[in-house]
Amino acid sequence: MFKLAVFLKAYKKECIVGPIFKLFEAILELMLPTMMVFVINNGVAKHDLIYVLHMGEWMLGMAVLGFCCSMVCQYFAARASQGFGTTLRNTVFNHIQSLSNAEIDGFGTASLINRITNDINQLQLAVAMMIRLVVRTPFICIGAIVMSMLLDLRLSLLLWGAAPIFAAILYYVVKKSSVLYSSYQKKLDRTASVIRENLAGVRVIRAFSNVKREKKRFYKTNDDLMDNALSIGKVSALLNPLTTFVMNMVIILILWIGSYHIDTGNLAKGEIIAFANYVTQILLALIVISNLVVIFTKAFASSKRVCQVLDAVSSLPKTDNGLPEKDSIIKNCDFIEIKNMFFKYSSTGDMALSNINVTIKCGETVGIIGSTGSGKSTFVNLLPRFYDVSEGQIFIEGRDVRKWPLYKLRKKFGIVPQKAVLFTGTIEDNLRWGNENITDEKLSEIIRTAQAAEFIDELPLGLKTMVERGGMNFSGGQKQRLTIARALAGNPEILILDDSTSALDFATDAAVRSEIRKNYQNTTVFIVSQRASSIKYADKILVFDDGTLTGCGKHAELMQQCPVYREICLSQLSSEEAYA
Amino acid sequence: MNRLNSVAIKRCVAYVGYYKKYFLFSLLSAVISVIASLLGPLYIGRAIDAMVGTGTVEFSIVFSILKLLLIIYFLNSFFTWTLTYFTNAISYRTANRLRHQIFSKINRLPISFYDKNSHGDIVSRFVNDVDAVSDGMVQGMANMLTGIVTIFGAVGFMVYISPKMTIVVVFSAMGTYFMARFITKKTQSLFKEQARYLGLLNGYAEEAIAGQYIIKAFVYEKKSLDKFAKLNQHLYEKGVRAQFFGSLTNPSTRLVNNITYTIIGVIGSVLAIIGQITVGDIASFLIYSSLFAKPFNDITAVFTQLQSAAASAKRIFYILDLHEEEDRAYSKSMRIFNGQVTFDHVSFSYNVKQPLINDFNLNVSPGKRIAIVGHTGAGKTTLVNLLMRFYELNKGRILIDNVDITTMPRDELRHNFGMVLQDTWLFTGTIRENIAYGMPDADNKRIIEAAKASDAHSFIRRLPNGYSTFITDAGANLSQGQKQLLTIARIMLIDPPMLILDEATSNIDTRTELRIQKAFVKMMRGRTSFVIAHRLSTIREADEIIVMDKGHIVECGTHDELLNMNGKYSQLYYSQFVQQN
Repeated sequence: MFKLAVFLKAYKKECIVGPIFKLFEAILELMLPTMMVFVINNGVAKHDLIYVLHMGEWMLGMAVLGFCCSMVCQYFAARASQGFGTTLRNTVFNHIQSLSNAEIDGFGTASLINRITNDINQLQLAVAMMIRLVVRTPFICIGAIVMSMLLDLRLSLLLWGAAPIFAAILYYVVKKSSVLYSSYQKKLDRTASVIRENLAGVRVIRAFSNVKREKKRFYKTNDDLMDNALSIGKVSALLNPLTTFVMNMVIILILWIGSYHIDTGNLAKGEIIAFANYVTQILLALIVISNLVVIFTKAFASSKRVCQVLDAVSSLPKTDNGLPEKDSIIKNCDFIEIKNMFFKYSSTGDMALSNINVTIKCGETVGIIGSTGSGKSTFVNLLPRFYDVSEGQIFIEGRDVRKWPLYKLRKKFGIVPQKAVLFTGTIEDNLRWGNENITDEKLSEIIRTAQAAEFIDELPLGLKTMVERGGMNFSGGQKQRLTIARALAGNPEILILDDSTSALDFATDAAVRSEIRKNYQNTTVFIVSQRASSIKYADKILVFDDGTLTGCGKHAELMQQCPVYREICLSQLSSEEAYA
Repeated sequence: MNRLNSVAIKRCVAYVGYYKKYFLFSLLSAVISVIASLLGPLYIGRAIDAMVGTGTVEFSIVFSILKLLLIIYFLNSFFTWTLTYFTNAISYRTANRLRHQIFSKINRLPISFYDKNSHGDIVSRFVNDVDAVSDGMVQGMANMLTGIVTIFGAVGFMVYISPKMTIVVVFSAMGTYFMARFITKKTQSLFKEQARYLGLLNGYAEEAIAGQYIIKAFVYEKKSLDKFAKLNQHLYEKGVRAQFFGSLTNPSTRLVNNITYTIIGVIGSVLAIIGQITVGDIASFLIYSSLFAKPFNDITAVFTQLQSAAASAKRIFYILDLHEEEDRAYSKSMRIFNGQVTFDHVSFSYNVKQPLINDFNLNVSPGKRIAIVGHTGAGKTTLVNLLMRFYELNKGRILIDNVDITTMPRDELRHNFGMVLQDTWLFTGTIRENIAYGMPDADNKRIIEAAKASDAHSFIRRLPNGYSTFITDAGANLSQGQKQLLTIARIMLIDPPMLILDEATSNIDTRTELRIQKAFVKMMRGRTSFVIAHRLSTIREADEIIVMDKGHIVECGTHDELLNMNGKYSQLYYSQFVQQN
């Protein structure tokens, strides 16, 4: 929690001045009951009307001044807490952008968003409360006791006695209910997961006529949830009546003991009234404290979750360690060369890729095939340096990828990922990601190449059609074609199609491939696919099996030499097609 | 508050009717606790008045008053506790009832509801919205009950002590109320703006984080951070204003209360000097004025809470008011059919503007295998939706063994189909329970037989806990292929006369598919089967192939017949082998 305090540094002034003004307000507020004592003891008792009115003016003035002070404090609190949150949010977002996919997946997108919004909001609230109340509340508490000590030392002992009882009640209720509350959260999660399962599996549930059974399952978790809520209610309902009762007992004791003091002439009536008032103030302050305890426990949990993100060390390569600009590229070498390359995702894990050696010439089409988890996607992710190799080297244009300035390296690539991700905005906005300055002619050319023209033309707004969040308003096949067009817009030297035509039918898939080949002859194309027919005609086919490269060559060669490849082809194609 | 909100609130209040006993108890508790809390200050004043001065304190009066106070305060605290307890009980039970109702409601809704609505949103209605309604009820009810009793009671007591001073208190309370109203009104629009920007920021962060891969691939990090920072800066500006004005509520009401306190003190003192009231009366009044002001202070908080509860209630009632699918047909015993399927002049569309299937006729004899092929989005899955009666026909009939499917209970119809989908669905539970999903009372022997028949037995045996292995998180601990084998075992167990395989292998790599294919072939033997697949190799063997394009059925026939037609099918088929370059 204190680690995040650095983000408050820019708001030092607000953090110091705010509480000071609040303190001033608290002092004024504490003085009001004491003034009332004077009014009653001096004014009423001595029938001094002028004195009463005069004191009244003072009290009004103090009330207004107190309001002004607290206004200043609230303003500083708003500025400091919101500013703190804003800076923190930018920092966290920036840090998230530096993390690799593995780390982001480790947290989960939903959880990261929660941390950026809800958790930071919680911290913001805590900062505001700290400035506004952390100084004020204990001050009111202690102040009320001190003021009462000034009025009558012996009676004030009652307040000292009541304080630990308050604290004990508070501690008991907060502790007990927080335990129950965390189990409530868990039960709520379980209820939600039953609902989610039912929504996702509705077809299966109905197909098996199991609605009744699912209802029973849901009702059970739901009833469980209610029971838990009821026991929280039982405990937390105690807080208010118990503290009020203690406070009222103190008042009765004050009256009781006070009556003796009055009888002996050691106490005036006005003082008893003031005492009752201070007791109320202490109680109110204690209720505020119990709210603060809740806010700060929540903030503490939030700060832990935010710090986890900030502490996550990116496994990605640093961005700017490339060689200075100079034309040291050896022209005649192979375009891409991979030498004795090994890769594993974590230092303790197994090798995801072992001993890969390949050379690829400029303009070649490279097909990559293998079963799920065999390392195909890992392989293509290493080329634009989403990860660094564990051993060996990858050369592009004769230069180790780690020696390229990262942005220059990645600009060479056009990447179409497995999952078609589009961003909110128009279709055109999305396509211009690859190249902001692309001409309209060029744009319609790439759209045709990606076979996206037929459906874009049918849209009433064409390229200006809005893409809704996550591309919800497009089908899987349409999204894939748009992501292909987006990658082409950058006019890449290397194009990676990572199983990115899976939602297209064979005819469209084939058309996309042949159009790309025709219009981008100098581009080296990597096609990762599960379909043998998609890669059958590639210049070079890489067959991956369990992290190793078991075959490399043309279709006909591999059919002869590579049993894994043969098995894949025969499972998908008839034998005359496979051997054709 | 607009009219729709109050309608929603009225409907929520109606739920209190289910718990009349609890409600009566809370009402009773509210009256007793408030009256007790109001009697307190009166007797404190009396006690102070009894302490006349040095040597003249009337101890017997003081003591009897203090004894009375002890009882009063005990009653006050006890009934405050029961009040909270009973209102909690009502609201938690209402939350429970609402969740029950939504759940059984969505089970009576047609599948189109599930297809059209975001699942995250539905879950949020179940969880967050129901909570908001229940919170609103606790706050609203407890505050309303005590508030009303307090206002009337306090006015009564104050008038009893001094009508003149009562006027001062009532006016100042109104001042508090209008001050609070003014600030809420003012801040509400500010908070709305803040929430809007928070929503925008949230949406952007979601996209950017989920799309990190793309952002890195396109070297877009800097621009993405700029966009985020810009939204964040807007949020800051709105946030400071909203928070500042919002946080003024407390100091402002405190200002009014302090002014009231002073005025009462001064006027009370003046009246005391004239001799109209006693010093004890001043003390009582000072306490009453703060008790009286409290409901007016709280009204702001209650108001906001009720607003958000009403908004949530509307989202809940929206689901509860949706039109249900009818299922009048009912038969006690489940008939098992032979598996003859007839499409008789079937027409169907998801929406009126785009007719999908028009006058479709097909007769399938028992045990035949029908394949459905076509482009992506050609409407292949639609046929499944119609066969299982997930959607209703616009025109025509579907008959099974010459019985119109609309005349039989849905459960009976579905019981006759085994369905394997692209997305395997497993629920949290053991492997055994998952296989026995269609027949919960199946014994171990039959479950293992079904697993063996679907080639799942060997991998299940190798799992650490065998058939008792617990499946978590929709089967995250199993591979795609293993999950699909389990869904096949599930169907082998219930042994239905008809099968539907909808892209059942498209998420599986081809080598695994090879193994599963064997299980499929075994399963399809002797059963009327409908197979939808991308990979043409898997459907060549079908007895009849239906080719769909843009929602229409364009061709029907066997593989060889269709190839000879030289139409859409042959185009699709040969496109697999298009020569490049």
